[in-house]
Amino acid sequence: MDFRLTDEQRALRNGVRELLAGRFGRDALRAAVGREGTVDRALWRELGEAGFFSLRVPEADGGVGLGLPEAVLAFEEAGRALLNGPLVATHLAATGGVPGAADGGRVVTCDTQLPGFIPHFADADVSVALHGASMEGRSTDGRSLQARPLQARSMRVRYPKDLPTARPARSMDPLTPLHRIPGAARTAPPRPDAVLLTAAEQLGSAARTTEMAVQYAKEREQFGRPIGGFQAVKHLCAQMLVRTEVSRSAVYAAAVTEDFTEIAGAKLLADEAAVRNARDCLQVYGGMGFTWEADVHLHLKRAWLRGAMWLTASEAEEIQAEALASAL
Amino acid sequence: MDLTCTEEEETFRAKLREWLWQVLPKLPPKPDPGDWPGRREYDLGWQRMLYDAGYAGLHWPVDAGGQGATPTQHLIYLEETERAGAPYVGANFVGLLHAGPTIAAEGTAEQRARWLPPVLRGDEVWCQGFSEPDAGSDLASLRTKAVRDGDSYVITGSKIWTSHAEVADWCELLVRTEPIGPSAPKHRGISWLAMPMDAPGITVRPLRTLAGSAEFAEMFLDEVRVPVANRVGEENDGWRVTMVTLSFERGTAFVGEVVACRRTLGELARTAQRNGRWDDPVLRRRLGRLNAEFSALWRLTQWNVSEAQNAGGVPGAGGSVFKLRYSHARQELYDAAAEVLGGDCVDLAHEWNQDRLSSLSYTIAAGTSQIQQNIAAERILGLPKGR
Repeated sequence: MDFRLTDEQRALRNGVRELLAGRFGRDALRAAVGREGTVDRALWRELGEAGFFSLRVPEADGGVGLGLPEAVLAFEEAGRALLNGPLVATHLAATGGVPGAADGGRVVTCDTQLPGFIPHFADADVSVALHGASMEGRSTDGRSLQARPLQARSMRVRYPKDLPTARPARSMDPLTPLHRIPGAARTAPPRPDAVLLTAAEQLGSAARTTEMAVQYAKEREQFGRPIGGFQAVKHLCAQMLVRTEVSRSAVYAAAVTEDFTEIAGAKLLADEAAVRNARDCLQVYGGMGFTWEADVHLHLKRAWLRGAMWLTASEAEEIQAEALASAL
Repeated sequence: MDLTCTEEEETFRAKLREWLWQVLPKLPPKPDPGDWPGRREYDLGWQRMLYDAGYAGLHWPVDAGGQGATPTQHLIYLEETERAGAPYVGANFVGLLHAGPTIAAEGTAEQRARWLPPVLRGDEVWCQGFSEPDAGSDLASLRTKAVRDGDSYVITGSKIWTSHAEVADWCELLVRTEPIGPSAPKHRGISWLAMPMDAPGITVRPLRTLAGSAEFAEMFLDEVRVPVANRVGEENDGWRVTMVTLSFERGTAFVGEVVACRRTLGELARTAQRNGRWDDPVLRRRLGRLNAEFSALWRLTQWNVSEAQNAGGVPGAGGSVFKLRYSHARQELYDAAAEVLGGDCVDLAHEWNQDRLSSLSYTIAAGTSQIQQNIAAERILGLPKGR
C-alpha cells in the first residue's frame, strides 16, 4: 500500500497547474467574469490538445489512456484555478465517444446534472443526458449524434425524448451561465465519475481558498502585526486545512476504489470543504472579502453551485446511511 | 495511489487473523474500567500472549527487541486486532508507545537492555509524568525540580493527569534540571528521567474523572532520589527527547480507534433499525454523514501512514490534522448514539453512555484542539507565531 501520488501523477498535476497558470491566470479569470462565463473556445481547444478531455479515452482510440485518479488530479487543478465551462460534461462525453469532445472542438453540456437548470446551454454544441451507465448526445440545434455507450454500471438509464425548451436564468455564479428547463427533474442515480470529478473540483477550490486566506493573513496587518499571528485567525485557517486534507483523502481514495458509496462520501465532504473554506476565507479577508474585486465570492458561488450538482448533501447522506444499513 | 496490500502483507494479515481467532476465546473476562489492579493484570497478560506469539513491539526496531514491521503491517495489526475485539494496549500504553520508543531511539545500550525487554514481555508498566498543575498545554513551563546530589537527582514537585500511576513500575518523568531564566529559555533545562515508582517520597492520589472513575492521578514528589544513570538523553535536552517520542505517536496512535468507531457506528445503525429511530430521516442522515466521516478518517490514516513509510517511519505533521478532526468526530458519534438510545441516554448501565463521557477527553488530552490548531497553522501553513 502506498497511497501517495506516483511521480507520474505528480508530473501530470504540475503540468495541468502550469498550463492553467499560464492560460487562465487572474486576468483571464476576470475576463471570463466580464463575458459572463462564456467559454473561451481557444482555451477549450488547448485543453483538448493537452489531453484534458481525453485523459480516460483509451490510447487505441487516440486518448491518453489514464484512469480516474489522474482525471481527479486534473479536475482538482481546474477547481483550484476556477476554470469555467462544462468541464465534467465534456470530459465524460469524450470518454463516451461523442465526436469533437476529446479534442476540445465541441463544448458539451449536460441537462441532467442540476435539477431544473442546464449550465452553459447557449455556449454548448452538444447536450448529453447522463444517468447511470449510458448517455445520449444531441447537438443543441436538434440534430442527433451517435454516441458510443459507456462501460456498463449497474444503474438505470434515462433518455430524454427532446431537448427541453430552455430559457435564460440569472445565475448566481458569474462564471456559470444557466438556462432554466421547465419540469426537468433528476430521476435516476447520477454517474459516479461525474460526481467524483465535481468533488475533485471542490477539493481544488477548498485548497485554493485556504492558500488565499493564509497568504492574506500573513500580509494584512492590524494592531501593528500580521493578523495571522492572532489565534482567532489562525484557528480559522487551521480548520480550513483540516477540511481540505480530510476531503482530499476521501476524494483520492474514491478515485482508486471507484466505490459509489465512497464517491458519495467524497462529494459530501468536498462540497462542505469548498463551501465552508470559501466562507472562512471571506471572513479572513474581512471587508475586502465582501467586494466584487476579491476572488473569494467566485469560489463560494461556484462551490454552492457544484454542491447542488449531481448529488446533494442529503442524497449523499442517504447513500451513506443505506451502506451502513446494508452492511449489517 | 495504491491502496492494495502486497502478498506478503496479506499473508501477515491472514496469520494474525488466524492467531486472534485461536487465542481470544482464552482471554479472562474484562475487568471493570475503574479497577486498575485488575486492568494491569489483564493488559500484562495480553502483552505476554503477544510476546509469546511474536507480535510484541511489532513496529519497534529489531535491535530494540521489536519486529521491525513496516507502518503498513502495523496498520494491519491495529486494524485486525480492533476488528477481532482484541484488548486495547491499555495499561501498557506509555511503555509500548511512549517510553519504549524513546528509550529505543535515545537510550544507551544499558538502558535499552534494562527497560525494553520487560515492556515487551509484559512484566513492567510505565506511566507518564509530563503534565503539572501549571504546565498543561504549556508543557515546557513545568517546574518539578531535579537537583544533582552525587550520583542522584533529588526531585521535588508534583505531576497531574498521570494515568494508572498507582499500578505503574516506572514513570517517564520530565524534570527541570536548570531553572528558567534570561539565559535559559524554558524549553531548555528539561531532562527526561526513568523514575522507579517504589522510590521513597512518591505519593499518588487518584483523581476522579467526570465519568466517575479514577482514570488518572496526582503525584507528589518529595525529595525523591533517582540515579543520574536513569536519565535518557543529555541533561537539559529532555524537550528534544520528548519531541522524538511525540513524533512517533501521532501517525498511528488512533488507527485502532477509527476502526472501533466504525464498528460502533454499525451497531448504532442496527439499534436504530431495531427501535424504530432509523425512520427519522434527520437521525438517519446524521449517521450517514458520520459514516462518510469515519471512512475519510480511515483514508487519511492510510495517507499519513504512506507518508510516514516514505519518511523512514517518522510521521509528519499530518497527525495534528487527523487528531483535530477525529476528536470531534468521536464526540459527535456518541452524541448521535444518545439520540439513538432515546430515554436510555441517561442510563450509565449502557456502555455508549460511558463512552460518551470518556469521549469528552479527546479534544483535551495529548494537546488540546486549540494547541493542535496552533501547530497546524504555524508548522504546516507557516503563519506567524504569536498569541
